[in-house]
Amino acid sequence: MERSVIIAGFGGQGVILAGKILAQAAMNHGLEVTWLPSYGPEMRGGTANCTVVMANETVGSPIVDEPTSLIAMNLPSLDKFEQMVAKGGTIIVNSSLVNREVARNDLNVIKLPLNDLGAKVGNMRAINMIALGGYVKATGVVPLEVVKETMAQMLEKGGKGKFVPLNAKALDEGYNAAH
Amino acid sequence: MGEKVLLRGNEVIAEAAIRAGCQCYFAYPITPQAELLEHMAVNMPRLGRTFVQAESELGAINMVYGAASVGVRTMTSSSSPGISLKQEGISYLAGSSLPAVIVNVVRGGPGLGDIAPSQCDYFQATKGGGHGDYHMIVLGPSTVPEAGTLTMLAFDLADKYRTPVMILADGMLGQMMEPVDLPDPIDVASLPKKAWATTGAKGRDPNIILSFDLDPEVLKRMNLELQRRYREIEKNEVRYEEVETGDADIVIAAYGTTARIAKTVIRMARAEGIKLGLFRPITLWPFPYAPLKKLSERVSTVLTVEMSAGQMWEDVRLAVAERAETPFYGEMGGVVPTPRGILREVKKYAH
Repeated sequence: MERSVIIAGFGGQGVILAGKILAQAAMNHGLEVTWLPSYGPEMRGGTANCTVVMANETVGSPIVDEPTSLIAMNLPSLDKFEQMVAKGGTIIVNSSLVNREVARNDLNVIKLPLNDLGAKVGNMRAINMIALGGYVKATGVVPLEVVKETMAQMLEKGGKGKFVPLNAKALDEGYNAAH
Repeated sequence: MGEKVLLRGNEVIAEAAIRAGCQCYFAYPITPQAELLEHMAVNMPRLGRTFVQAESELGAINMVYGAASVGVRTMTSSSSPGISLKQEGISYLAGSSLPAVIVNVVRGGPGLGDIAPSQCDYFQATKGGGHGDYHMIVLGPSTVPEAGTLTMLAFDLADKYRTPVMILADGMLGQMMEPVDLPDPIDVASLPKKAWATTGAKGRDPNIILSFDLDPEVLKRMNLELQRRYREIEKNEVRYEEVETGDADIVIAAYGTTARIAKTVIRMARAEGIKLGLFRPITLWPFPYAPLKKLSERVSTVLTVEMSAGQMWEDVRLAVAERAETPFYGEMGGVVPTPRGILREVKKYAH
């Protein structure tokens, strides 16, 4: 069983970090995993994305042309990746910024108003964790608690422990909002 | 061996070099290998070892020449345009029989190219990018863990044969993260002493390290000694992997990142009843001609897939000759072939 997700958005929306936390959580959960960033100019404004592949056996290709999920944090990301998602797959779409419907009708579409929910948890920089919480609920690929523990470990290791409660709240917010 | 950690390919190559006893590292920054240099910048001084961000790639490779001359394990790393600048130094290392490790995290070319993954430096690495009759051992890691084990191996092979060894990676392998069980550090004190090194001639005749002699007969003998060593390397050090070749009708020949993508293609092809296998050279020089020749006797097609216009393809055709069809599929300029793209090519040859 192999699952893959492309997490895409504007530079600064935290898609690279969300992917790193998911990859680390999946590894901690006992899965094989690869994390592949778009690197270079994308990192400096514009759009950024990363691909996480999680499997029970060794991951072959880290580059995916048929992801089982997409997290689209903005409209350009949905435009770019919608057609690639595998039939029956999941799209988490940031309905605060995406002003169109998902065109495909063979997917599980979860609309989360990430920017509004970000305002609700009190910090717009936590919208990546809201999206990740929604993804975890929709796919069940890794338990929410494992993601939370992993996030806490990674932030503490990076000297950003004070942001753990905010990000835990954001993961919960996304998890509870996704259905 | 410790616990698994999630690291980038660049970081794993750097950490493996440290664990292999790399004493001196010299480099000049370039994308997509910057994390390698950064890891060394943080950790080499902490361990009391030498890290120098050189003034240029030329500076870095010639510092490697100096460090190798005194017998310590030494490494430099760069990406394609930077590696081109190092070619003169690599030729001098080879000519002087100096062990060193050179990492090329290949990006799109030619010229300044771009910073995306590529395999367009295969010719340069395996056929001698510098002047003169020399070879380097060239290792092509396919995964992040293998980037670590092959970096450790590179230092051993460099010392054993007194030759530069290249790790030929690509931007994707350098940038991606994967769980890795880091190899244990070696005990540097246990390494064989290098009697040829220029460590001060007190109480003995001076050691001289040169790639130069104006007497053609002497230079010929130096060349013959290099060639003798290359034949020994060809005999002892060929490494490759075969995946599901037992019943295969079609075999993909690919190395590095492209080979791991091909492993996914095997699963997809076999689900559709296509008997597909993979032949993956791990040593790109010496190239595994003999095992590929043997394999080609029982398959219909050897499809070479590369992120280049067809460089390893030449070695594949030398090995296969007329025994099987030898088509090619490549992407250039930093475009990475996708599993479905490769499968489409495979289907052209499936009957």
